[in-house]
Amino acid sequence: MNKQLILDHADAAVEFNKNEAKVDWHDETLWFVRTKRDRAVAQIPEWEQLREAASQIKNHVLSNMHDLLIQFEENAIRNGIKIHWAADGDEHNAIVLDIIKQAGATRMVKSKSMLTEECHLNKYLIDNGIEVIDSDLGERIVQMRNEPPSHIVLPAIHLTKAEVGETFHEHLGTDKGATDPQYLTEAARQHLRETFLTRKVALTGVNFAIAETGGFVVCTNEGNADMGAHLADVHIAAMGFEKIIPRAEHLGVFLRLLARSATGQPITTFSSHFHRPRPGQEMHIVIVDNGRSRQLGRPDFRNSLKCIRCAACLNTCPVYRRSGGFSYHSAVAGPIGSILAPNLDMKKNADLPFASTLCGSCSNVCPVKIDIHDQLYKWRQVLMREGYGPGSKTVAMKAMATVLESPRLYRMAGKVGRGVLRFAPITVENGLNPWYNQREMPEPPAESFHDWYVNHKKA
Amino acid sequence: MTTRDQMLASIKANQPAMRPIPAQFTFTSVYPDLTQQFIDILTFVGGAALIVPDFAAIRASLQTQFPNMTSVATTCDELADLADVTMNVSDPHELSGLNLAIIEGPLAVAENAAIWVDERQLPQRVAPMITQYLVIIIRQSTIVPNMHDAYKLLKVDETGFGTFICGPSKTADIEQSLVIGAHGARSLMVYILP
Ligand code: SF4
Repeated sequence: MNKQLILDHADAAVEFNKNEAKVDWHDETLWFVRTKRDRAVAQIPEWEQLREAASQIKNHVLSNMHDLLIQFEENAIRNGIKIHWAADGDEHNAIVLDIIKQAGATRMVKSKSMLTEECHLNKYLIDNGIEVIDSDLGERIVQMRNEPPSHIVLPAIHLTKAEVGETFHEHLGTDKGATDPQYLTEAARQHLRETFLTRKVALTGVNFAIAETGGFVVCTNEGNADMGAHLADVHIAAMGFEKIIPRAEHLGVFLRLLARSATGQPITTFSSHFHRPRPGQEMHIVIVDNGRSRQLGRPDFRNSLKCIRCAACLNTCPVYRRSGGFSYHSAVAGPIGSILAPNLDMKKNADLPFASTLCGSCSNVCPVKIDIHDQLYKWRQVLMREGYGPGSKTVAMKAMATVLESPRLYRMAGKVGRGVLRFAPITVENGLNPWYNQREMPEPPAESFHDWYVNHKKA
Repeated sequence: MTTRDQMLASIKANQPAMRPIPAQFTFTSVYPDLTQQFIDILTFVGGAALIVPDFAAIRASLQTQFPNMTSVATTCDELADLADVTMNVSDPHELSGLNLAIIEGPLAVAENAAIWVDERQLPQRVAPMITQYLVIIIRQSTIVPNMHDAYKLLKVDETGFGTFICGPSKTADIEQSLVIGAHGARSLMVYILP
């Protein structure tokens, strides 16, 4: 009834699964990243206590958001940083464009920021005559291909090295057929060095913003955020307001958790703490809401704002691994994306909370202990109630609800059902029954539990 | 109302009742040998380390590791003679040709082989990233067990910029194959003085 999507998650997953070898590779590679995470975690005996501490610090942050933001702003301004506030993506984009224009620039280099993906900043800037180059290698690859990132930490995880080789051959003039990652990375390094050295404006994301000191931390392995920011005359840092933490000491908790959860590394190569612009430089922070304060007001879903974007929940998710990032049609894919997206647009993203087996693996690995699978389950209820349930499920669920409400109908349905399964499985195994997709229906029992009970009581 | 005031008002209206900051958020890590732990992890992340008695040993090692290298800069007075360029430039772009940067790290962390450097060590913030090869000199006495210990000692805003560096820059964005030398240094050599 509300199936307005071009391709909802299930249909997009079917597309993705057409290339079975690639799906298997995708699945196994992400699982490998998950096992690296497990090995790193096993080396920290206090891991569970760390998660608990992180979760509680974030609970405090959610409850004290207003004051922490004011404290952060005050200290950042004292540090010589300009603070901007953006209610939504459009306002964020307009602020960034304005800063670029003030700097007299027409080109910008950008490091990874899922927020700018959420706000569709690149498209906006390009439409306004500004050239944007993404400098994270994975992001640069997908940008050349006119694709969004398919994973929040590994943006090009959906591509093979042959595909990257093709893209680089076309855009960077590397040898045709070249697939050696070392060679391809070197080509990108040369290309992006030139970019870093010639851009007057650089935009980075923010991993953590420290209220106590008015500074912020950006984590990368490639060093691209630093190369961009330290060479530019103007540094813009874009952050969702939930990135705030109370004190610098709390970074000890989060930096111990983040990279281990993400890729199994003990910490990222660079964890850069920015507090003041360098002499002659301008530093701006754009603090963005874009639905976050609404999510903060939803008791069942506010915990999603504790996320530190490590992607552990994506890597572990059996559905993400076998459906790919694009099937989520949202800037943030996977389990966390599926609880964030309905807040941004319930109708458009109504399919996402259903893209889960509710196995709970996401909640088990989440370093800030977000109850991800519970929230997925709760979103389903909200969406059904609001009439946004995916079409086929709505019809089936309504029929099921009617049957379950009446004991007589329930017993009759069982009898009919067992008959149907035994004598005419085709009616169950048709395309109208989504449950049958990819599944074998079980052998129906000869008698129901009810019949068995009644017969045995008689005997 | 400005956007700022609107956002803050809506945050205030929507935030839940106050929850306290947890009493315990720092933990102790115990390693039999802090230096060995640091070296093991640094090796794991693609860096290299050498325990040396003094600057003379560092000089000798550098001369074999980077023979005849030009565009070398250092902030260590003891090694000043090895340098033919300086990191003390007013425009960071002037460092684009830097081949080797030799700097000191005032604090290192055993659990993850991260080394803190800030503007007291860096005449230009971009130096440890823009250089082709990076050498950091640390002292055994400044290796702490974990990140909690590091933050207890650090004042992160003492200078305008500081960073933890752990190994050489790297990426695995092409089919998850690890490539050392993404945008930052292509190698990291750490010398550990007593
Ligand atoms: S929800 Fe948890 S596991 Fe998923 S990306 Fe966020 S912090 Fe990581």
